[in-house]
Amino acid sequence: MTAELIERLAQDLKPVPSNALLKVLGIALAFGLVTSTIAMMLWLGPRPDLFKAFGTPIFWIKFVYTLALGCCGAWAASRVARPGENGRLPLAIVCLVVLSVAIAAGISYVTAPPQERHAIVMGSSALVCPHYVIALSMPLLIAAIVFMRRMAPTNPTLAGLSVGLMAGALGAWVYSFHCTEAGLPFLTLWYSLGIAAVVLVGTVAGRLFFRW
Amino acid sequence: MSGLPTSEDRLRSLMLASLAGDSAAYRKLLADLSERLGRYYRRRLREALSAQVDDLVQEALLAIHARRMTYDPNRAFTAWAFAIARYKLVDLLRRSRAQAHVAIDDVADFLADVDVSTESAADLATMLDTLPERTRVLIRQVKIEGQSVAEAAASAGMSEAAVKVAVHRGLKALFNRFGRKR
Repeated sequence: MTAELIERLAQDLKPVPSNALLKVLGIALAFGLVTSTIAMMLWLGPRPDLFKAFGTPIFWIKFVYTLALGCCGAWAASRVARPGENGRLPLAIVCLVVLSVAIAAGISYVTAPPQERHAIVMGSSALVCPHYVIALSMPLLIAAIVFMRRMAPTNPTLAGLSVGLMAGALGAWVYSFHCTEAGLPFLTLWYSLGIAAVVLVGTVAGRLFFRW
Repeated sequence: MSGLPTSEDRLRSLMLASLAGDSAAYRKLLADLSERLGRYYRRRLREALSAQVDDLVQEALLAIHARRMTYDPNRAFTAWAFAIARYKLVDLLRRSRAQAHVAIDDVADFLADVDVSTESAADLATMLDTLPERTRVLIRQVKIEGQSVAEAAASAGMSEAAVKVAVHRGLKALFNRFGRKR
């Protein structure tokens, strides 16, 4: 029986390039990012002053914050997709990034004149921002789940968390091209809240779907 | 999977050749792995599940085949293969636990638990007294004195299967009668 199986598997053998896993992840990411970007353009549209915004530091802080978290998520996903690996380093970097942005946000809050504080926390879109982030993350999350189901994660919870982080942060990155908010506390609070919600969804999905 | 680390180099080079498409190397690798997997699973699956060793070996080989792109050539091959083997074992144990009917070992645990408590000896005797004599003797021999099923069967003049059934029924009856009150 086992000998037959081995024979069958040997006949089925096709070469696998050594970076095959990263290629599949890349395809999933590209599909998710393109879909999410198209959705943002058609549904919300880029901010009207996008080119002017390129000259402001807060645009780049939003850009780098979300992209850094997204890259760490993708890095972690590429690790935990392999059996027996845990992606500890990228997830530790995530904690550092979130912590440092939170500290910067705290400083900007206490140093702001009291009458401006409400504005830099709530902006004009606080209650919709997390929803948009979640919505724009969905194509990325679905692509990432399809990716992970082909892999061999031995810790489904961690695998779900990683794909959730990747999808949530990159969805927020796409959203940042629409968003006109300029407060650091706003970014820390509402962007992070949207990303955290997607991390939660990813973790639950991981526990449900990443069995193999 | 003891014995694996020493063969890391050989297995890893077989794996690299397999990933490049060398099916002769792949056949050798899978044959070697199936032996190691069999040894690993046989040692870790208890009586009730020992019939599943072959199935589990094949499942692990299939997973190794289908998910071979998750092997990172910069890491140890045996660690990768072992992580898959272990995952499949944990998966089987979880599934078998989920579908277990009143598992006999759980009931034995229940009895053992009574045994450690201070007033237990008398309680245990009282509980066993509610069972028919023959069942009581068998449970004593197999679950308390630690005799094997074969020994108990020989001394009672019964078949091993009959002993297993009698012990199981007796423990289940005890559990139904006393287990719920606790």
